[in-house]
Amino acid sequence: MEERNAEVAALGDSVILSTVDAVIGWGRKYSFFTYPFITACCGMEFMSVAGPRYDIDRFGAALPRFSPRQADILLVVGTISHKQAPILVKVYNQMTEPKWVFSYGACVCSGGMYNDYSTVQGIDTILPVDIYVPGCPPRPEMVFDGLIKLQELVAKERSSKWPRGEAEFAPKVKR
Amino acid sequence: MSEYQMDLHTEPMILNMGPSHPATHGTVRFLLKLDGEKILNCDTEIGYLHRAFEKHCEAGTWTQVFPYTDRLNYNSAVQNNVAYALAVEKLLGVEEKIPARATYIRTIVCELARMADHFTNLGAATLELGALTAFLYFVEARELTWDLLESIYGARLTSNYVRVGGLSSDLPEGFAEHVRKVFIKNREFWREFDKLLTKNRIFLDRMRDVGGISQEDAIAWGFTGPCLRSVGVEFDVRKTDPYLIYDQLDFDVPVGTTGDNFDKYLVRMEEIDQSMKIVEQCLGKLPKGPININDAAVRNPSKADVKTNIQSMIHHFKNTIEGINVPAGEIYVPTEGSNGEMGFYLVSVGGGKPWKCRVRPPCFAITQAMGDIVKGAFIADIIPTFDMINLIGGECDR
Amino acid sequence: MVELSERIKRLLPDAVLSAGSSLGQQYVVVRREAVVEAMRKLRDDETMLFNFMMDLTAVDYLGKRAHDARYEIVYHLYSLKHHHRIRVKVSVGADDPSLDSIVPVWKGADWFEREAWDLYGITFKGHPNLKRILLYEEFVGHPLRKDYPIKKRQPLIGPEN
Repeated sequence: MEERNAEVAALGDSVILSTVDAVIGWGRKYSFFTYPFITACCGMEFMSVAGPRYDIDRFGAALPRFSPRQADILLVVGTISHKQAPILVKVYNQMTEPKWVFSYGACVCSGGMYNDYSTVQGIDTILPVDIYVPGCPPRPEMVFDGLIKLQELVAKERSSKWPRGEAEFAPKVKR
Repeated sequence: MSEYQMDLHTEPMILNMGPSHPATHGTVRFLLKLDGEKILNCDTEIGYLHRAFEKHCEAGTWTQVFPYTDRLNYNSAVQNNVAYALAVEKLLGVEEKIPARATYIRTIVCELARMADHFTNLGAATLELGALTAFLYFVEARELTWDLLESIYGARLTSNYVRVGGLSSDLPEGFAEHVRKVFIKNREFWREFDKLLTKNRIFLDRMRDVGGISQEDAIAWGFTGPCLRSVGVEFDVRKTDPYLIYDQLDFDVPVGTTGDNFDKYLVRMEEIDQSMKIVEQCLGKLPKGPININDAAVRNPSKADVKTNIQSMIHHFKNTIEGINVPAGEIYVPTEGSNGEMGFYLVSVGGGKPWKCRVRPPCFAITQAMGDIVKGAFIADIIPTFDMINLIGGECDR
Repeated sequence: MVELSERIKRLLPDAVLSAGSSLGQQYVVVRREAVVEAMRKLRDDETMLFNFMMDLTAVDYLGKRAHDARYEIVYHLYSLKHHHRIRVKVSVGADDPSLDSIVPVWKGADWFEREAWDLYGITFKGHPNLKRILLYEEFVGHPLRKDYPIKKRQPLIGPEN
């Protein structure tokens, strides 16, 4: 053991010791491909998030992929109604793992001000959610705060967490 | 036709487009029947953003409706606030007593919201046609306009600014100067955008002679706003049924000729310019004075008054807990929203809660013509056509 | 100058039950059976020319009006030529909330009628495609009726909550 440590010491700064998980997590956290599932008002604010002034590109999550199979983060932006919910779950199930769900806005987190017959009371009732960003709509700064927190989460993740599998619920009616 | 082609038996293909599609704003589904790339039939399905607007209105007091109106046409939230407040005031019979300053400020925010709406619409449309640079210009222009609105009501998107009988706050200090600075920049962005697109060959090919409709059809479908004006009908509620102070302002209503997408684009571009003119005129004439009606039964008295005066305190409690007492009656107030005629139809049976609060959604009427417009066109034509209709999910599905 | 609602009453003596104005806005109440004919006349008559069907909605007067006049269908018309507006109201009962569709007169009424069917359960006879528009086929009931509770959810997926 001592011998080995001496060997390592002899290598100096040319070698970094780490775990595989940490290296993978580090790589993942700065290269998110997002799938913007935009439905409502928050989408207008998402335009600003992606736009020139706030620029999500600075955090390595700029590239929207409109195919779920190429995306890492499911950005759920805007109210999810019961009519929309099966579609959201379908998109989630089509994404390849590892995948994270970003709950953008009060309606997505909890139903927000829409406690009524048509709105899903928070998408965490149908999907596993990794990060909640409330606000109606959240300001871009809040979104970045959430994104950075998600990056920290991803960096610390164990590879044993994956695969997570399909969503818990399946649609009651097949269309 | 060659023999080879005649022998080719093909069946029409059914293609589902949306609702989770970047060009359908996540809230519309097109069921297309295609012959190659040609559209034989287009079935439009909406309702993916139905949020029970009317049910919520009926459950709350008259004042509690305001946050829900924000989320109808969320691109120009404050216009919905104003339209609803005008309707309730008319139902109360106090519309003559609204202070002039409040009316001016309402006009200013309405026009700023219209600008923001058109910036978003045109910017997003060009993005979907592949012109990312133009999109970035208009997003920044909208950002600057939102800065103005944010300095007034503290929120970027959802305003909740207007109240029955007045406003929640006055204009901030130095607002006129701020507007002047922003408009210089906005005009610059407008010119750049214009230079990038209006004579751009690719843009013209995608937009011109696509998505046109005849005048008769447009009227029969119930088109209003920029989409109706683009076919050459000069109908603008600000001119035909003037509300606020639009009858005292000098502005032009742009009209198109063919109603194709390019005309809709040009009409919207011109409207941005006219809106800037209107805001400048209003700021030039802005009177001094109170911003709230002097009637404690309609608008809550000031906080200082509530703490010192028993009468004001009673009103404060009654207005908050029971709601403003609106006499029985019904009213329809049309206003010119960014997308067309946005009318509020309110029914009161007396008391603090609305019995019925209906909004006439302009893009709902226009979207139902989508199938008619794109029939016979190519599948790629759906993108600009649908963009220029400017469907806003919150308004269409409510 | 005779008021607009009064003129409509003279034009359509059989169809109009009552006419008047409230808060400066003109309205007429039309007999349920005569609605399509009345609308066609209002659209085509030279003195009326209501070419826009601006809005169509229903109101549920549960507990406020008699059982056989529970719903009211409200049309808002506008004339581009004469710049006048009229509100046309038709009363229907709770047992058989139905009336004739005006899609043959204005094709733009299509989605508005579907919406009234979806949210209030008013049947429009002769409508080409009367099915739900804002809600989904599996939804039971009509949510904007006053007796539908606001929080009664019918999810397609996930738990009932």
